[in-house]
Amino acid sequence: MATDDTTRGTDRRTLLKGAAAIGAVAAGAQLLPGAARYAQAQSSAPIKIGFQVHRTGIGAAYGRWYDRTTKAAAKLINDGGGINGRPVEIIAEDDGTDPKRGAEVIEKFATKHECDVAFGTLFSHVVIGSAPRAGELKLPYFVVSEGHHVASGMLNRYTLQPGITDVKSQVQSMAPWVADNLGKKVTMIYPDFAFGHDHRDYFSEAIERQGGNVIAKIAIPPRETSFFKYLPKIPKDTEVLYHVMVGPGVLTFVKEMGEYFGDKRPEIFGFIDSLEAVDIASPGLEFLEGSHFWEGYPRYAGENQSAHDKFYREAVGVDENGASLSDPKDVSTFAHMFGCWETLHILKAGMEAADYKGPKDRQALIEAVENMDVFPESRAHPQGSKLFNGRTHQAFGHQHISRVEGGKLVPVHKTSIFDTVYEDETDYTKMSF
Amino acid sequence: MDLISYLPFSLPHPALLAAGVLEGTVLAAVLALTALGLSIVFGIMRVVNVAHGEFYMLGAVLAWFITHTVSGTVGGPPWLGFGIALIVAPLVVASMAAATDWLVLKRLDYDPEATIVATIGILYIIQQLALTFYGPDARPVEAPFDFRVQTPWFGYSGYKLSVVGAAILLMLVVWLVLTRTKIGLIMRATQYDRETAQAFGIPVDKVYAGVFALGAGLAAIGAVLIVPIQQAHYLMGGDPLLLSFIVVILGGLGSLRGTLVAAIFIGLSDGIISTLYEPTLAKILATLLVAMVLVFRPQGLFGARAA
Repeated sequence: MATDDTTRGTDRRTLLKGAAAIGAVAAGAQLLPGAARYAQAQSSAPIKIGFQVHRTGIGAAYGRWYDRTTKAAAKLINDGGGINGRPVEIIAEDDGTDPKRGAEVIEKFATKHECDVAFGTLFSHVVIGSAPRAGELKLPYFVVSEGHHVASGMLNRYTLQPGITDVKSQVQSMAPWVADNLGKKVTMIYPDFAFGHDHRDYFSEAIERQGGNVIAKIAIPPRETSFFKYLPKIPKDTEVLYHVMVGPGVLTFVKEMGEYFGDKRPEIFGFIDSLEAVDIASPGLEFLEGSHFWEGYPRYAGENQSAHDKFYREAVGVDENGASLSDPKDVSTFAHMFGCWETLHILKAGMEAADYKGPKDRQALIEAVENMDVFPESRAHPQGSKLFNGRTHQAFGHQHISRVEGGKLVPVHKTSIFDTVYEDETDYTKMSF
Repeated sequence: MDLISYLPFSLPHPALLAAGVLEGTVLAAVLALTALGLSIVFGIMRVVNVAHGEFYMLGAVLAWFITHTVSGTVGGPPWLGFGIALIVAPLVVASMAAATDWLVLKRLDYDPEATIVATIGILYIIQQLALTFYGPDARPVEAPFDFRVQTPWFGYSGYKLSVVGAAILLMLVVWLVLTRTKIGLIMRATQYDRETAQAFGIPVDKVYAGVFALGAGLAAIGAVLIVPIQQAHYLMGGDPLLLSFIVVILGGLGSLRGTLVAAIFIGLSDGIISTLYEPTLAKILATLLVAMVLVFRPQGLFGARAA
């Protein structure tokens, strides 16, 4: 018995020693590159961009592709000489698609990693949870989120969204086409948090301006896994079913819709968010044939592919169907992830305009970006030209509508940028730093 | 004939009720299987297995790996992969559970408090292992067969209905094993009085490992059945765990009959209330009911004595 205990004790001690050793090695590994960096001249030290990414949680598919796009853009920028002659270093941290964790990650960027700026994330609740902390830490926070919370004035001077358009402008430009081509009595199915509420509020307004109305609003909790129970709430006289779903259950959602309606369905207009990272030709999705989708950036390259689009796809590693070059089943979040690419290029332009040298120039960087107004279509902006409103910190761009034909998305309509513009709701430039 | 397949928006319409009952029945069937596992483990071992939902998740994730391998590399039809998954995934999960019992629970001498904390730890370990090796995505598993049943108002998945049949069959088997076989007799003897059972030469350690494996295996079977409806995801264990606890507490800890009745009650009420009103309301009411049962009848509806 005593021997047994001794052996066990020894084992435990050995184990503890082993653990301590591993800890020491890990700590050393963290310290060394930092030490090496300090040894370098200040001017060649990298510009550190803290990248808040949904590696886990319900936004993981977006996170994977935001990560790939960001790495590709950073590589392109570094291959072209970096920013102000300094290389860009992307420091990625998982936010778990969780607002609380998001704020902690921002804190880590500012204090532990000493990043110059923070950048990244998609899900609106994470952005809304993180932005106040970025403002307090005076850390410029460039989001790629689509939410209207930037332009609505809800956030702060340090939070900008120059690389992706917001929900309000997207839905406002969709409403006329939906009313003219699909129908005027709309039932909306949307996730029950900020992003979904933006859809609900701004699409309702926009379709009313077209003489239509939303006859039912069905909110679904973000972590729901089974959707059939919501479907009987769709009114009988629905002409258009509008869906915008996110999270791990989207494929189930579409399949259950198919089972529910069979071949007698209303017109269906969805935001591609419902099927980002999902192959349109997946089994169970056949019933979407002939339905329509909003796309921020058409997933399928099509015949009129621009040279910029071709370049962008190659750099990120995406084929003409919007899937990974190495695995055609690994479909990208194509309609959104361009925002990371474009935002990093805007960051580069802003830092160059502000002659950014270090954290003391953060305000100058924000002012430089606020002074921007047009982003012409280019390698840096492959999705297309955009207008930027420095007062509301929000970009405006073309929107696309595609139809599902033969298990693919075929673009049928492209809005003008002016269809997407609305009156300012705030002026961040009047806010003090 | 102008038969519309979507519904009028009037309050309790037979169609809404039908949808609620259908959804509720499917939920009840899967819940009964999952909660049965939790209930058996508690009844016989007096262990509250907080990691139960993770064994469920493991079943779903393994089902994805198996069906994916069968259809991807061998090119087999969906039913083949699913059939293999239905047998292999629960066996793998059960052996992992047996190993967990031997590695962790046995060393804690099945102390009720210690095992709760230990199974919380196991919950996180399994979840993070799934995240590491399976990844954060929700992946679909194709149903072994699929047909659409048309009701007068809407269509319904034929596969979902067959899940109910499969669950009833499995529960019958479990009931027969527990009441009609020697293994069942040994399990019941262990539950009744562990020490006396040991004195009569029953290898209690082995029984415990077997019971823990059976509990996890039942959760895994439930998950394999549900995964063509839901998609496999590393965080999917949370909901079934909560609902299983609700069911087990309502039914009476350790009472199999109570578990079954409570599963049907919770499943149906969740389905009907979710469809007629809000899913959140269904969860609120179920949790409230549990609180009331704990206050006024702590042994549960069918529990023989206070736990």
